[in-house]
Amino acid sequence: MTLSAINQRRLNNFKANRRGYWSMIFFVLLFVISLFAELIANDKPLVVSYKDQLYFPFIVAYPETAFGGDFETEADYRDPFVADLINEQGWQIWPLIRYSYTTINYDLTSPAPSPPDTENWLGTDDQGRDVLARVIYGYRISVAFGVILTILSSIIGVTAGAVQGYFGGWTDLIFQRLLEIWGGMPSLYILIILAALIEPSFLILLALLLLFSWPSLVGVVRAEFLRSRNFDYVRAARALGVRDRVIMFKHLLPNSMVSALTFLPFILTGSIVSLTSLDFLGLGLPPGSPSLGELLAQGKANLQAPWLGITAFLTLSIMLTLAFFMQEGIRDAFDPRKTFQ
Amino acid sequence: MALVEINDLWVTFKSDGKDVPAVKGISFNIGKGETVALVGESGSGKSVTALSILQLLPYPLAKHPKGSIKINGAEVVGRPQKEMRNYRGNHVSMIFQEPMTSLNPLHTIEKQINETLLVHKGMSQKEAAVRVRELLEMVGLDAIDERLNAYPHQLSGGQRQRVMIAMALANEPDLLIADEPTTALDVTIQAQILELLMDLQKRLGMAILLITHDLGIVRKMAKDVCVMTHGEIVEANSTKELFTRPRHEYTQMLLEAEPKGLPLRKNDALPEVMSCKNLKVYFPIKKGLLKRTVDYVRAVDDISVSVKQGHTVGIVGESGSGKSTLGLAMLRLIASEGEVIFNGQAIQNASWKELRPLRAEMQIVFQDPYSSLSPRLSIGQIIEEGVIVHEGHGNRLERRDRISEVLKEVGIPPDAQDRYPHEFSGGQRQRIAIARALILKPKFIVLDEPTSALDMSVQAQIVDLLRDLQNRHNLTYLFISHDLKVVRAIADSVLVMRDGKIVEQGPAAQIFDNPETDYTKALMKAAFDLETAAAGAVNS
Repeated sequence: MTLSAINQRRLNNFKANRRGYWSMIFFVLLFVISLFAELIANDKPLVVSYKDQLYFPFIVAYPETAFGGDFETEADYRDPFVADLINEQGWQIWPLIRYSYTTINYDLTSPAPSPPDTENWLGTDDQGRDVLARVIYGYRISVAFGVILTILSSIIGVTAGAVQGYFGGWTDLIFQRLLEIWGGMPSLYILIILAALIEPSFLILLALLLLFSWPSLVGVVRAEFLRSRNFDYVRAARALGVRDRVIMFKHLLPNSMVSALTFLPFILTGSIVSLTSLDFLGLGLPPGSPSLGELLAQGKANLQAPWLGITAFLTLSIMLTLAFFMQEGIRDAFDPRKTFQ
Repeated sequence: MALVEINDLWVTFKSDGKDVPAVKGISFNIGKGETVALVGESGSGKSVTALSILQLLPYPLAKHPKGSIKINGAEVVGRPQKEMRNYRGNHVSMIFQEPMTSLNPLHTIEKQINETLLVHKGMSQKEAAVRVRELLEMVGLDAIDERLNAYPHQLSGGQRQRVMIAMALANEPDLLIADEPTTALDVTIQAQILELLMDLQKRLGMAILLITHDLGIVRKMAKDVCVMTHGEIVEANSTKELFTRPRHEYTQMLLEAEPKGLPLRKNDALPEVMSCKNLKVYFPIKKGLLKRTVDYVRAVDDISVSVKQGHTVGIVGESGSGKSTLGLAMLRLIASEGEVIFNGQAIQNASWKELRPLRAEMQIVFQDPYSSLSPRLSIGQIIEEGVIVHEGHGNRLERRDRISEVLKEVGIPPDAQDRYPHEFSGGQRQRIAIARALILKPKFIVLDEPTSALDMSVQAQIVDLLRDLQNRHNLTYLFISHDLKVVRAIADSVLVMRDGKIVEQGPAAQIFDNPETDYTKALMKAAFDLETAAAGAVNS
């Protein structure tokens, strides 16, 4: 792929900003790892060989009878009885962490929440579930939620801002007043009320948070469009008979992207934080879902088990810091006045 | 001893880790009370030279590897910025090209001038107030009482330039550096400002270093001239000698570069392509709580024009006379009242959709080639846009061929189509803008000051190109300009506008040889002789 000179310059600028560059590498690496959470933390083996036949329990559900057991239900591979049956006639490969986010460790030596030990590296929560497994799954949900919400609210916000700025006049005036009213609403309280009325799921929460996160981009994009719609190159395009839609997306949008990018880090971190705060209040994702907010709430309820609070705090702060540095680097790379030595 | 002695001066700028020379070993002197002109095209290093006299370059990005600049015998190269402050304003001061941006928009006129007096001279508020008034009288600003509390945006370009000069003179400098002082101004205002500078020089006995690309100004103002190109002085001589016997070929090229020639003879029996009758563009002035319309700005007031096929109509007037608005209204790019007829078809009430097919046949080229090309599209993308709108995407290779062809026609290498606008000079960009208008093979093109933002020598090339294209493709032009020199070179008939109204209209020869109104006479005098006319004929 060949890059135009200006993009080449941006890439070089981004690489020259070492903090942003390394933050991006770590952030993406951690996210990619968490995408394969099922292969890292699971209560089922990855591969089982039984009587010279291969089984993949982490994808397919096999009944216990397949391995010579008694029940028709899915095998519980953590049960020593099942493990012995398999090991007698074959072998099995386990993931690094033998717990999924829902797995309850019944063999705890101390009452839950139990402190970190060689079995549960970051200890267990108050229901005996492995904290590390929950953090890995929770990281995935948080980042995915944040990224999807950022993308959706950027699309809506940029479109709304573009329409307002390009057409101006009454369109702009009416939209602007509506936005002011909308912006004056106490968003967190409305979210809490709505979350109490509707049973929240990932998608419903996404939609609810989207209601309040899209206006943040409207202002900048609108200002950029208002400024540049009177430029001669826009007039020249109009004189050529180019449609409004094409002018907006081909001529104006690329020139206003830099200011929109400036706001993205705040939207991404903001979305992650709002999901976490709803979870913390117990109004977020359905009970049992791996969530960092819920872990924080447990940390608050169990001050005698500091590993819960510390883990949640460190995970969140590292994730948000990496995300912020990464996007700060991207934004600076697009800034034509910024140079790096 | 000369006032300023520059000896073997070098200036380099750091770019991509290398030191790129911008000025390569130039030497010249400025005597007390003399005017020396530094002439050259953009990028020749003349402004850099001027800024290094004041040590105002962005050090340490800029460096002087060699050379010396002496002001009154004292070396300034390498002097600490703290000491340089004493020189700036007191010994040497400077006025800039763009009076719009070189005044602080948040300060009143009084405060702008006051500042230097309070800082440099340590005057009291009272003394300063008296001095400010004196200075403004000296630069010929009228209605001073009202202007003192005005902000820059309330003044016209010429008035702002007068304020800039008053600021520069506040501390009675020995040398005034004037960096393209009139380039951004109308010809009539240019004549007034030049007259003012000469008058002030006589009265105050200061030296002037005049930086310009316009040899006409040099001939009028300067005693000695240095011609600069690519960071070197290629010829230095007295003005008289240089104009009569230019020795270096670059100087000869510059001297010949004025837009000249006459429009080609044309058949008068050809049909009319574009005309408008009683065209009016009014902008409402709204006042009061309910924003009622109390009056109108009559930008274009009852104007009728007719342009025949293959002909050029020149629209002439100062800025604010409504000439660009007229052009935009004829292309239906802004709302107007009155009849507009294109190719025998009334288009005033046509919808945007009905107009679209016609847009291929009427095009526009704008004044500023820097803002009329989208910075994020490649040259090819910019030019092909019209083709895609009117003929669909079609075959990509075929389209590339067409772009190459039209680029060749305007004198740009065809392989430029994958490059971006910022890689081209002003003149090249204007050629690209012409190519964009040309690729659809239009009949009618509005040229809105296509040469005003360009260097003199480039102006001549663009005028030649436009005349050549008209001849080849039988194009019809509406040529808008404040510069009569350019208009004379291309227009068959001329329309002189002032405050939205027609002042004079007729065949070019008649207007140029026998102007009837005082206003037209004043415009001509300003454009061709750089002289001001009797008071009242033009705005100040």
